Order: sequence, then C-alpha cells, then structure tokens
Amino acid sequence: MTAGPTTDPRAAAPGTATPPKRRNTELALLGFAVVITLVAQAIVDLTVTGSLTAELATFGLWFTALWAVAHLVVRRWAPYADPLLLPSVALLVGLGLSFIHRLDLAAQQAGSSVSREDAPIQLVWATLGMVLFVGVLLVLRDHRLLSRFAYTLALVGLVLLAIPAVLPSSLSEVNGAKIWIRVAGFSIQPGEFAKICLTVFFAAYLVDKRDVLALASRRVMGLELPRGRDLGPVLVAWMLSILVLVFERDLGSSLLLFGIFVVMLYVATERASWLLIGLGLFAAGALVAYQIFGHVQQRVDSWLDPFAYYDGSGFQVAQALFGLGTGGLFGAGLGGGRPDQVPVAKSDFIAAAVGEELGLFGLVAVIIVYLVLVERGLRTSLICRDAFGKLLAAGLAFAIAWQVFVVLGGVTGLLPLTGLTTPFLAYGGSSLVANFVLVALLVRISDAARRPAAPTGPPKPALGDAPTEVVQT
Amino acid sequence: MTAEIVLQIFRFGFLLLLWLFIFAAFRVVRADLFGGRAGRVASVPPRAAAPAKKKARGAPKTLVVTAGPLTGTKITLGDQPILIGRADDSTLVLTDDFASSRHARLTNRSGQWYVEDLGSTNGTYLDQQRVQGPLLVAPGQPIRIGQTALELRS
Repeated sequence: MTAGPTTDPRAAAPGTATPPKRRNTELALLGFAVVITLVAQAIVDLTVTGSLTAELATFGLWFTALWAVAHLVVRRWAPYADPLLLPSVALLVGLGLSFIHRLDLAAQQAGSSVSREDAPIQLVWATLGMVLFVGVLLVLRDHRLLSRFAYTLALVGLVLLAIPAVLPSSLSEVNGAKIWIRVAGFSIQPGEFAKICLTVFFAAYLVDKRDVLALASRRVMGLELPRGRDLGPVLVAWMLSILVLVFERDLGSSLLLFGIFVVMLYVATERASWLLIGLGLFAAGALVAYQIFGHVQQRVDSWLDPFAYYDGSGFQVAQALFGLGTGGLFGAGLGGGRPDQVPVAKSDFIAAAVGEELGLFGLVAVIIVYLVLVERGLRTSLICRDAFGKLLAAGLAFAIAWQVFVVLGGVTGLLPLTGLTTPFLAYGGSSLVANFVLVALLVRISDAARRPAAPTGPPKPALGDAPTEVVQT
Repeated sequence: MTAEIVLQIFRFGFLLLLWLFIFAAFRVVRADLFGGRAGRVASVPPRAAAPAKKKARGAPKTLVVTAGPLTGTKITLGDQPILIGRADDSTLVLTDDFASSRHARLTNRSGQWYVEDLGSTNGTYLDQQRVQGPLLVAPGQPIRIGQTALELRS
C-alpha cells in the first residue's frame, strides 16, 4: 500500500547526459493515488453498508484503466511533462468520486425518492474528460500553435459565456444562477470552457501588448500608474465580468474571469499597480451591484450572518458550518458523518462533506494537493522558454487556485456564496471535463518547458505571423 | 455496523495515507528543485569526485536569462545548438523589438560553447564586444541581445 512513496524519486533519473523524464515517479505516484481512492471507496462501503460491494471491483478496474491510459499517453507523447500534475489530479478526482459515492449511499439509506446514483455518471464524465485530455495531447503537439487561434478562441469563449444569459430562464437557470445550458436532460456549464478559451486569449493578447502596458507609465506615490488610454483592456474585462454578474446572476464566474485577467496582466507587465486598479474596479462594481440587485444583497446578507437566515438563504452555509464543526480536527471518518444534511452537497458543497468526514487534517490535505498542482503549474511557467507558454501556464495555474479559493471561501463563510464548483472534486460534468482539458494544456506546456534544448523540428516555412522586422542596412 | 476499533483505524489510517501522498509529492518537488546533483556527488567516492568536479566546472550545464522579460528562464544544455530569436521555432523565443527572428546561435564544440550572430539587425554582444564570427563563451560572461542578457552557468 505504501509502495508509492518509498520509491526513490531519483531512481527515474537515467544519467547525466539527458535530463530526467521522471515518468516512473509519475507512475508510482499515480498508483498511490489510485490505491488511496480504492481504499476510500472500500472504507465508505464497509462503514455505511457493512460489506464490500461488487461494484467496487468494476469501479476499481475502470478507474485504474483510466489513469493507466493517461500515463501511457503522457509517456509516449509528452515524455518530459511534470510528474506531479497527473497524480494530483488523479487523487482529487478519486476522492471526489468516493465522496459522491458516499453521498449516493446516504441518499439511498434515507430512502429518498431520488435514488439516482451520481457516482457512476461522474465516472463517465471523468472518462469523457480523459478522452479530451488524450485528444488535446495528441492534436496539440506544440502549445505555441494555440496563440494563432487566440482571437477565434476569444470569440468562442465570449459566445459560450453569453449563451446562458441569452437563453430563457427555463433552459438556463438553476437555483438562481443563469449559468447553464439545459438540453434533453443534460446540463452544461459553458462558463467552465469559456474560462480556458479566454485564458488562452488573454495570454496571447498580453504577450503582444505587454510592452505598451508595462512601459508607458507615470510614477505616483511609489506606484507606476498606467496612462489613461492603456486602461482600455482592463476596463473591457471589467465590463464583461459585471455583465456576467448582472445577467447571469453569478458572482463566481464574474470573479473568476476578472481575477484571471488582472493577475495575467500583472504577470505580463510586472506592475503591481494593475492589481490595485483591478481590486478597486471590482470593489466599485460589486458595491454598485449590491445597491441595485436584490440577489446580490441576499447573497451578501446570508454570508455576513448565515444563522440569521437559517430558514432561508443562509441554510446551506449554516449546515455546511455545522458539518465542518462536527468534523473537528480528525473528522467523523469516511461514512461516519452526515454530509447529506447539507443541500446539494455533491456539487457545490463537497468541500463541506470532506471537512466533516476527514476533518481539518483531511481538508487541509486536499487543499495541499491543490497547492501542489498549482505550484507545478507556476513552476512550469517559470521554466518555460517562450513568453506565451509562460503566461498561459501562469494563467491556468492561477485559474485553479483562484477557483478553489473562491469555492472554499464560500463554503467556509469567508466569501459570499458563488456558483463555482470545486475543480476535479465536485460532481458536475462540464467542470470536470473542462478541467481535464486545462490539465492537458499544462502537461503540454510543461513537456515543452522541461524538454532539453534541441532543434524543434524542421524550421517552419510559414513565418507570416511573425512580426515584421527592421530592414537590414 | 463495523466494530468501533476498526472504524477508528479506518479514520486515522486514511488520513495517514493522504498525508503520505503529500509527503511523497513533496519529495518529488524537492528532488526537482535541488536536482539529482546532490545525490550524484554523494554517490561518487571523494577521490574520484575531485577531477569530475573540475571537469563539470569547465563544461557549462545551463543557459540562464539574467535580464529582460524572460529573466530567470533556464535552458539545460545538451549537444544540440541553441537558436535564439523571435521566430516561433527558436529554442529561446524572444519578444523583443530589438531582436531579429533568427538572431544568434550557441553551438557546442567538444564541451565548449560558441556564440554566433546570424546576421541580426541590432547585433549580439559578448561582454562589450560585438559578435562578428563565432566566439568562445566562458561561463558567467554576459551575452546581450536587445534587452535580454544571457549567461552560461556550470
């Protein structure tokens, strides 16, 4: 069971001539993550029903096969990729599946009318996500190709973002947030995909424009302030996020989008003033939105004092806080708590379920796994050799970090509640699939970044998109 | 439904398992940060280590960007030449208005690195000297291309 960690990470380093690929390290850690998942499932089954079910074997085989495929594809098509990205994701997805399974069992025991099992569906979504993961790695051999489709991707992202706002509420609204497309029993959250498209666009756009945004500035009170006309892009992003807040009634997507843009702007220009400007703009926008819109007021009120609105809008957060309190330091044990007491625990509040059954130590462990994932993303960004890859890796890594922060902040009462899902962990097809694509991009960039310097294939004949040069004299 | 003691073992055992994973992940992070170098030196007997170290000092292992937008970027050196410029297929892709699309090349000749200007508009500088033909680059000597400065490190 503990074979994973005892494997010497250096064992994978072949010699001094070629830098280590570390695929064996990845394999060992992936195995460890799969073992943890299976142990979690077994504990849940034993604790709740008293016996192991036959489904566990099916699940185990399927889940193992999923990551074996991922590993083989990475070994073949991205041999230098970071060895920690895939295992972290595997553990998070596995833990998520275990908790969804656990909540399925709780629903069955309570004899609720809806006896639909969500864990198998989530496993299917994970498989679909893996198909896309493999697809991205196979099709996209060089992440720099993406920058050529930047404006197309921006358009796709904006359309995806706008669809739920335009659709009638009956097709797009769930629990007050208009961020869905609901067709024929499926619900898709297009914002998750828009997030990736727009991050790619931001990266390509900022690589182009960062010199202007970074250099032209005035120094005021120790801060390099940009010129008025350079505020354009940040104002557009701000307007966009405000529109999302108003028309889709979702603070989460709005915060996510604007946060990613401002941080990428900061990373691209190294000007801290952009962070302050972004913060100020968002504060102003949020304040106005609070004054005008009832649903924003409701969210804020139930955030400030969930127990005062226990019978209404604060019920969910209050129940989650009770759950976290019951969990204490070490938790009630898998299957030992009552996480089903929190409404929609599978998707929005899965972190509360983790906190209740695994306690503070378990929840912190999960957060650290996210931290490892984000750290590897930022590390990729640091060692990447081209500016577009650098910025894209930083943006994607930050997107994960920011989303986890916003969701966990909502669950623990630090921030107002949002409609975002915990990446990889929570029940929800679009979120899972989109985040698999995100990780595929990170794997692709990290493969390019860690690959030793070598001529990257024959020189491309088409340099048409390269900027024009000063004519040689 | 299961014995209380078993539940407690499950409860703490699982947390232990989770943290073991994190421990393993951190070991990988550490190995990645400090490289296999420490392990390699330690595994070589002290007497043999001395000449090996000397040789290692002479042969640069990485190319580091010390100034410009890509500051901090490291490239591990192999046998392959390193192409620097704005073109997409360069080893180090610069986004610098003062760089040409194929600006300069670093080549390895039996463990020594030479820098060569590929007919760039604004020139490549080794220390203060403009690079005309291939020049030998010593570790620590700055190579300047536009706003970017690079140096070899062993």
